[in-house]
Amino acid sequence: MTLPFAIIAILIIAAATAAMTLRNLIHSALAVAVSFGGLALAYLYLDAQFVGLTQILVYVGAVAILIVFAVLLTRGGEAPEKSVFSASWIWGLLITMSVFATLAWSVLHSFASQREPAEKVGATVKQIGDALMTKFVLPLEVIGLLLTAALIGAVIIAMRDESPKTKMEDGRSKMDKSSVPSSILHPPSSTGGRQ
Amino acid sequence: MTDSLDQIFVFVKHWLLDQLANVLPPAIMPLVSSVMSLLPVLVVFPSLFALTTVFERKGLGRIQNRYGPNRVGPFGFLQFAADGIKAIIKEDVVPRAADKVVHFIAPVILVITALTVYAVLPFGRNMVAADFDAGLLFFFAVGAASELAVFMAGWSSRNKYALLGAMRAVAQMVSYEIPLILSSVAVVMITGTLSLPKIVAAQSTHAGLLPDWFVFTPWGFAGFILFLIAANAELNRSPFDLPEGESEIIAGYFIEYSGFKFALFFLAEYLSMFALSGLGITLFLGGWNAPFAALEFIPSWAWFFIKLLTMIFMFIWTRGTLPRLRQDQLMNLAWKFMIPMVLVNLVAAAVWHFTGPGITRWFTSGALVLGAYMLLGKPQFESKDIGKRTYRFAD
Amino acid sequence: MTPLVGYLLLSAFLFAIGLAGALTRRNAIIVLIGIELMLNAANLNFIAFWRYGENPEVLTGIMFVIFAIAVAAAEAAVGLALIIAIYRHYKTTNLDEVNTLKG
Repeated sequence: MTLPFAIIAILIIAAATAAMTLRNLIHSALAVAVSFGGLALAYLYLDAQFVGLTQILVYVGAVAILIVFAVLLTRGGEAPEKSVFSASWIWGLLITMSVFATLAWSVLHSFASQREPAEKVGATVKQIGDALMTKFVLPLEVIGLLLTAALIGAVIIAMRDESPKTKMEDGRSKMDKSSVPSSILHPPSSTGGRQ
Repeated sequence: MTDSLDQIFVFVKHWLLDQLANVLPPAIMPLVSSVMSLLPVLVVFPSLFALTTVFERKGLGRIQNRYGPNRVGPFGFLQFAADGIKAIIKEDVVPRAADKVVHFIAPVILVITALTVYAVLPFGRNMVAADFDAGLLFFFAVGAASELAVFMAGWSSRNKYALLGAMRAVAQMVSYEIPLILSSVAVVMITGTLSLPKIVAAQSTHAGLLPDWFVFTPWGFAGFILFLIAANAELNRSPFDLPEGESEIIAGYFIEYSGFKFALFFLAEYLSMFALSGLGITLFLGGWNAPFAALEFIPSWAWFFIKLLTMIFMFIWTRGTLPRLRQDQLMNLAWKFMIPMVLVNLVAAAVWHFTGPGITRWFTSGALVLGAYMLLGKPQFESKDIGKRTYRFAD
Repeated sequence: MTPLVGYLLLSAFLFAIGLAGALTRRNAIIVLIGIELMLNAANLNFIAFWRYGENPEVLTGIMFVIFAIAVAAAEAAVGLALIIAIYRHYKTTNLDEVNTLKG
């Protein structure tokens, strides 16, 4: 148990706990972004440089932004007055505790507890690229298909239900009228220097 | 002689390290080494920021037929000192409804991310603070974290203009990050590495008159232009300054910031401008390489900064020339022009790579890029209802 | 305690936090965040096993995490789109109130 590992572990746990207990949804989203960043640090500390940086790029740069947008689109920016925990929270907590107890027991009694650390290993970007293009090329293609499907699916699900009348209009005026504030519709002509 | 001038900072660092090694325990020497690599960055780029603010105001003044700052110091060049003192002694107003903690850490995170990306930029031969194997990925990963900081600034202010500006900024940055990354991927495909010093090394040779910079290839030229447009949008600079459009939403996401925190936003904005310019130089303009073999007596770091100042001038020029886009034009440009273009550009780079040396690859790759532009760009930009621009005062 | 056990325990605890959030919170977005945390706990396990495992040069752990990150990004996009669709229909994201199959 080294000092960097302890710091990273405390950061991850504290941020994740904050994300799950804070009342304000935006605070939760920001805390979970910190937790994702802590995990990226853990990956970097485990010599998995590429994965750590991908973690930051995807989770802090994209997923956290998505969550924040979803919170604002569902008007969750303010903390609710009622309880934020569900009615059956006691059962959830009991299930969680039993799951954690099982996991911790099996970890402590597994072969892993006897395992001595291996010497320093690393995965260069070239090795990862070679593996992706040879051994893992089929999963790569499947992931491409999955991401395309997810992209189209997410757009279709989140798309507004249009009445037949508004469907006749072209895409631009639809966007202008429904989702863009009026200040954007009438831009002033000046370039507006900061000076 | 030229060699020692080229490596002068490297020598100074090693000499200082040797001196320190006598007094400090060896365990912390790697840490001391990185700190000594990063300290110059912390000094040079904020001072460049100070100078650039003056240059930008003078340059914009020249473009817009006015004087610009001319009171403080010779020709107004000490204006940055006056601005800095003003920013520090101003009262720091935090709105009563604001989320105090988030409001405070947003500009700090922004400046930290803007400074962190310099760790992987090569400023000269053997002058890179951290030679990551995945340096380019590091640059984009840290840059992506700044989007969240922008959102935090806008949301925590509890101001409708700030929130509107933050949403505009995040939407714009997410949209333009894709062309920014994909235009760099073309370079990665050709060089086969994500390490920025290796990308510079791949451009260090000369082929005939022209150096082997990627900007002098069809795909590299198109990639460089796309990179510049995407970088301009990523930096929220005019003509993509909708997130802070003064005449619409006053100052966007940093409207509720005053005093020193406001200055921090400006610092972060300019630092990321320098960083993205440096990345563009590294990827397409040959990094710290001299353009001609005869000019190699000028030190490599000097070449980097000459190119950097040229890029900064281009950004200022663009800002003084182009009017602001509308929101729908902004998104159309990103999704209907930039992203298809960078995808075609990737194919063009692959064709260039696999055709082999010769004149054919110039034609095939160039025809791909040009054809895509004719198909995608021309119909969009040749708008019917906008006539030819006429000038009444300036000739 | 070997380093591997430290990472596995950290991952188990992170999984438990995510599970607790997913099971006890009312808001659908927090439930989704909890699921993301659980996925990340699994990723940490993969990386720890790759680093301290038998054959690190095979890169299977790294590959699995890269694919898991891609799948998680797709999952987040579709999940949040579903939440927005639910919000549009029920005018709430409180899962206790979303209890009818018929709109």
